[in-house]
Amino acid sequence: MIKNRNAAWALAFVGANIILFLIFFLGPALLGLYYSFTDYSGISASFIGLENYIELFQDSSFYGALFRTIVYAGIGVPLIYSVSLGVSLLLTSSKTRGKGLAKIAFFFPWLISPIIAGVIWRWLFGESFGFVNFILGSLGLGSVPWSSNGIMAFVVLFFATVWIGTAFNMLLFMSALVNIPKTYYDAAMIDGANTIQKFWHITLPALRPTSFMVVLLSVFNLMKEFPLIQSLTDGGPGSDTTLLVQYIYETGFNQLNIGYASAASMILFVLLMSFALLRLRGEKRWEN
Amino acid sequence: MFKFKENQSSAFLTILMYIMVILFLFPILWLLLSSFKPGGELFDYPLSFLPENPTVENYEYAWTTMNFVRYFLNTSIVTVVTTLLTILASASCGFALAKYRYKWLAVFFICILATTMLPTEVIMNPTFTVIQSLNQYDSLAGLIIPSISTATGIFMFRQFFLSVPDDLLESARIDGASEGRIFFRLMLPIAKPIMITLAIFSFQWRWNDYIWPLIVISSPENYTLQIALRNIVGADSINWPLLLSASVISILPMVVLFFIFQRYIMDSQATSGLKD
Repeated sequence: MIKNRNAAWALAFVGANIILFLIFFLGPALLGLYYSFTDYSGISASFIGLENYIELFQDSSFYGALFRTIVYAGIGVPLIYSVSLGVSLLLTSSKTRGKGLAKIAFFFPWLISPIIAGVIWRWLFGESFGFVNFILGSLGLGSVPWSSNGIMAFVVLFFATVWIGTAFNMLLFMSALVNIPKTYYDAAMIDGANTIQKFWHITLPALRPTSFMVVLLSVFNLMKEFPLIQSLTDGGPGSDTTLLVQYIYETGFNQLNIGYASAASMILFVLLMSFALLRLRGEKRWEN
Repeated sequence: MFKFKENQSSAFLTILMYIMVILFLFPILWLLLSSFKPGGELFDYPLSFLPENPTVENYEYAWTTMNFVRYFLNTSIVTVVTTLLTILASASCGFALAKYRYKWLAVFFICILATTMLPTEVIMNPTFTVIQSLNQYDSLAGLIIPSISTATGIFMFRQFFLSVPDDLLESARIDGASEGRIFFRLMLPIAKPIMITLAIFSFQWRWNDYIWPLIVISSPENYTLQIALRNIVGADSINWPLLLSASVISILPMVVLFFIFQRYIMDSQATSGLKD
């Protein structure tokens, strides 16, 4: 009797979340899967089987977006990893002074939306009016085509990505770093280890669970990057910085090719899910 | 000799750290300085570092044109209402997941876990269909309701309530308190630090959100700040004086919040395990 009453209470406590889950998660997910097998364009949908997927695998603009997304994550994640780790090592070192202010500075970009981060970096790297080209010009180095050259546009994108991606990962690294027992370092010092040896043989192995989480979370976030690029480059020049989510958005909302866009979404979903599952497996392993 | 070397490496590392600090702060400083330059000076070569004729005319311009007050208000409503509802829904859900043992609850927990793998970016079109068929398209309610549920918030509360001893609940039950009373009178008050942390995160997620307003909102009177800013930066010729000052204004509430609640965000122990 009491048990049943508790079950009713439990249902009341989770009820809101169950309804939201069904309507705004499970519903759209199944609908998206269904769309991907149809030629839905906003009015009527007829079932066309695997046609969207077959077409997708022959579509060079899809491949382009997929390839650029992988390059973006492949270069961006190591950059985020190294900067976050480097900065958190400085912030936990006993040798640096004035850490409080520095920590706030590194964390500050977390407050700023990706749209505004895009604005900030676009303003700084403007080709004819930006501060960076002005300095380069003053030094006699000439101006760099930051927005009209695809590779240079990617370079600016990496600056912005690292800038907003550092804050949170830095906190994760810092909490891991302060938890490494000091006795490890004392023992290593007695054995005559130098700083690099200590970092390589004590710090890095102790950070393995955190590193794993930082890398996979960053891969996950970079693979679905969208607003930052919307305001920084708008996918340009041409489609040189168009990544998967923007490709899906343009196909699905601007061209109303919804079935096709949903098939592309499913491919992105499979990629994201494999990274998420990998992370869960890792977290389980290190928890025990 | 040893001491000298020690000081040297200390100075070197501190300088290195502050070079990084300057690299991180400069972009935002440049935005701020530029926003106080009159329109003509913005593109005047050679660029001056400090504004030569500092002015707030860009700010007046931003505040009076383009319905900025409206966007600011819309964003505030969505952010505050969603955050309050998120805290209530996440706290009760996390409490139930931590303190009741039912098979269906365990199944639902796995469902919540699954939501972390499928971000909104992957289901934009079907989400649009769902919003439209619920008659919530182009309404602030349509922006608020779907954002209430967050796996991160539920995990935070579940984790916290797992650490609360069951004896506390049992003795309240023996005293005849109902489960609802136990939750609201006993459990919610002790979870205050978690509530504040989640409130700050939710505020940041909602204030800076782009994807949901992009899907749900269409008419300018319902725009949020991010959508309005995206429209300025996406225009064929960007109105930089407007864009710079509008950007600074839109960052301000987050900055104020940050300096008030800094310790809740930067306490790395509390935030470990959080995403985004």
